[in-house]
Amino acid sequence: MSDAAAPTVLKEESGALRFYGIWLAAAVALIVLPLVFSSGGSLTSFSLIGIAIIFALSYNILLGQTGLLSFGHAVHYGLGGFLAVHVMNAVANYNWPIPLPFIPLVGGVGGLAFAILIGWVMTKRAGTVFAMISLGIGELVASSSLILRSVFGGEAGITTDRTALPHMFGWSFGPQLQVYYLIAFWVMVSAIAMYALTRTPLGRICNAVRDNPERVQFIGYDPHVVRYIAYGFAGFFAGIAGGLTAINFEIANSAYLGATQSGFVLFAAFIGGAAYFFGPILGAILVTYLQLGLTNVTTVSLLYFGIIFIGIVMFAPGGIAGILMMHRPLIRARSLGMVIPSYLVAAVPTLVLALGVILSIETVARYTASEGEGNIINLLGIPFNATAPTTPVVAAVLVVGGFLVARITWRRVAEAWDRATTVARDRGYLA
Amino acid sequence: MTAAIEVRAVEKHFGNVSIIRDLNLNVAQGERHAIIGPNGAGKSTTFNLISGHIKPSSGEIRLNGNVISGLRPFEINRRGLSRSFQVTNVFARMTVWENVRCAVLWATGHRYAFWKNVDHLPEVKQRTAEILEDIHLSHRRDVPAGLLTYAEQRELEIGITIASGANVVMLDEPTAGMSHAETERAVALIRRLTEGRTLVIVEHDMSVVFGLADRISVLVYGHIIASGTPKEIRGNPKVREAYLGEEAH
Repeated sequence: MSDAAAPTVLKEESGALRFYGIWLAAAVALIVLPLVFSSGGSLTSFSLIGIAIIFALSYNILLGQTGLLSFGHAVHYGLGGFLAVHVMNAVANYNWPIPLPFIPLVGGVGGLAFAILIGWVMTKRAGTVFAMISLGIGELVASSSLILRSVFGGEAGITTDRTALPHMFGWSFGPQLQVYYLIAFWVMVSAIAMYALTRTPLGRICNAVRDNPERVQFIGYDPHVVRYIAYGFAGFFAGIAGGLTAINFEIANSAYLGATQSGFVLFAAFIGGAAYFFGPILGAILVTYLQLGLTNVTTVSLLYFGIIFIGIVMFAPGGIAGILMMHRPLIRARSLGMVIPSYLVAAVPTLVLALGVILSIETVARYTASEGEGNIINLLGIPFNATAPTTPVVAAVLVVGGFLVARITWRRVAEAWDRATTVARDRGYLA
Repeated sequence: MTAAIEVRAVEKHFGNVSIIRDLNLNVAQGERHAIIGPNGAGKSTTFNLISGHIKPSSGEIRLNGNVISGLRPFEINRRGLSRSFQVTNVFARMTVWENVRCAVLWATGHRYAFWKNVDHLPEVKQRTAEILEDIHLSHRRDVPAGLLTYAEQRELEIGITIASGANVVMLDEPTAGMSHAETERAVALIRRLTEGRTLVIVEHDMSVVFGLADRISVLVYGHIIASGTPKEIRGNPKVREAYLGEEAH
C-alpha cells in the first residue's frame, strides 16, 4: 500500500505545482502585457478582451458545466452594467465612500438579483424549454430597456464619470492603463472563483445534471435547484463583466443587454470550446480580437463570423480547446511529430482556399456596396480591383484549385492522425 | 418490525389503460426480494412507482413505515431508498471516480455546497475509494464512464446505486445482457454489497432469482398473483401456469 501511495503523492504535488504555475503565469502575463504593447489601441483591446473573458466564462457555467443553452445571457451583463452606472452616479452625487474598484461587485449583484428573480421559473426544465424562455426573457428585457426611459435612458443610455468616485491608492482611473489594471484584477479574481466553483460539490453535481438530469434525482439531488444555483452564479459573474464595461465606456445602453451581445458570448464560448474551463477564455480572446480587427478591414465582418461559426460547428464541435486537447495524448506518447508535417502540407492549399473565399466575398461586397473609391481589395499586400474582370477569375481559380488540392492533403492528415493515435494507443496514452 | 417497503392497493392508469391493478407488496427489513413476471407485466413500472419516478393513480406506498407515494425521486432517495436502472444510466462524460463520488455527496451532507473543495473531503474520498474497490473498478477510476465496457457500466450502475448507503436498494435487471461468467460475478457482487440491507430485484434469469432471493413475488398483468419463498413459488400451480410453464417450454 505504501509503495503505491508514494508515487501518487509525488504526482499530486507536481500537479499542484503546475496548477499554481499556470495561474501565476496568467497573472504575470496580465501585468506585463500593457508594458510590452503600450499603444492606446492595444490597451483598449486588452480591456475589452478581459471583460469578454469574464463574460464568456460566466456563460460557460451554464453551457459547458450545467448543460444549459441560453440565448439571453446578456440580460445579466447589461443589467449589471446599468446598476453599476446608477450606483456610480449615486456615489458621485451623495459622496458615498465607495471607491471605483468595488463597482464591478455592484454589477455582479445586479446580475445576480435578476437571476434570482427569473431563474427559478427558467431553470424548471433544461433543453429546448430553457433555451426558448431565455430567448424570450432576453427580448423582453431588451425591449423594456427602450421603453423604461428613466431607468435605462432610452436610445442614448445613461452616462457616468468614473473619475468622480473616491480614488484608491491615489489612482483616479482616468487613464486607460489604470482601467486596464482594474479589469485585469477582476479577470484574475473572477477566473479563479469560477474555476474554484467547478471543483466544489455543487460544481460536480452541475456536471452530473448536464450529463444525466434524470439520474441525479436518484442520488438525492433536485436538478431544478442545481440549475437554479448555477444560473445565479452565471448571472453574478456576467454582472461583474457588465459593471466593468460600464466603467470602461462610462456608459450603459440598451445594446448591452440585446440579442447581439447574447449571441457574442455564445459564440465566444462555443468557438473556444465549452467542454474545457479554459475554452471560453480562448474564444473570448479570439472573438474580441476578430471583432476589433475585422471591422477595420472589411464591411462584412459578420459574414466572416458566420462562416467561422459554421466551420467550427461542422468540423470541430469541441472548439479550439477541443482541438488542442485532442493532441494531448499524442504529446504524451511523443507521436505528435507524426502529424505535424501533414499539417504543414495541408496548411498551404487551405490558406489558398481561404484567400479565394475572402477574395470572392470582398469582390461581391464591394461591387454591390460602394462604387468608385474603396473598390481596391488588399489581399496580403496584393491589390485587386473589385470591378476588374480578372478578379473573379483569380478568386475562382484560388477557390477551386485550393479546394481540390486541400482535399488530398486533408486525407493525408487523417492518415497521419490514424498512425499517430495507434502509436499513442500502443504506448497506453489513449483508451 | 415495520416493513421496509409496503405497497397497498396501488393502481396506475395511463389514460384508460390500466398498467398496475391493485398492487400489494410487502418487503421485510433485510430481506432479498425478487420480482419476476413475463415481459410487460409491469415490473419496471412497479420500480418506477416505488422510487417516485412516476406517481401512482391511487393507493399508498410506505418506506420504513412512512408514506412516500407522491414524493419526488430525490425526496424518496434522501429517505433511504436507492435504485438502479435497467438501461445503463450513468454520467457518461464524467470519470468513474466522479460518477461514484457524486452519488456519495448528498449522503455525506455536502449537498449543494459551493464553498468546499470537493477534492479535500476525506470522508467522501474514502467512501468513493471503498465503493470503487467493492465494484472492482479502482483500476478504471479515471476513465470516462461512457468509455467503459458494458459489463463495467453495469457494475458502475450498481456502485452509484449503493454509494449513498441507502438501506433499501432496488436493482432493475442488473445482469441483463451479461454473459454467464459476468452474471456470476455480478450476483456475488450484489450478494456482498447488499449484506445487511433490504434488496428488491427485478430479474429474468431464474438461476439468479432462485439463488439470491429470500422471497419472490410474481407479477402478471400488473397484479401480484403470488408471494412467497422460492420453494413455495416453485410449487405454486398458478405461478407454474402463468409464468414458469411458459418459460420452461
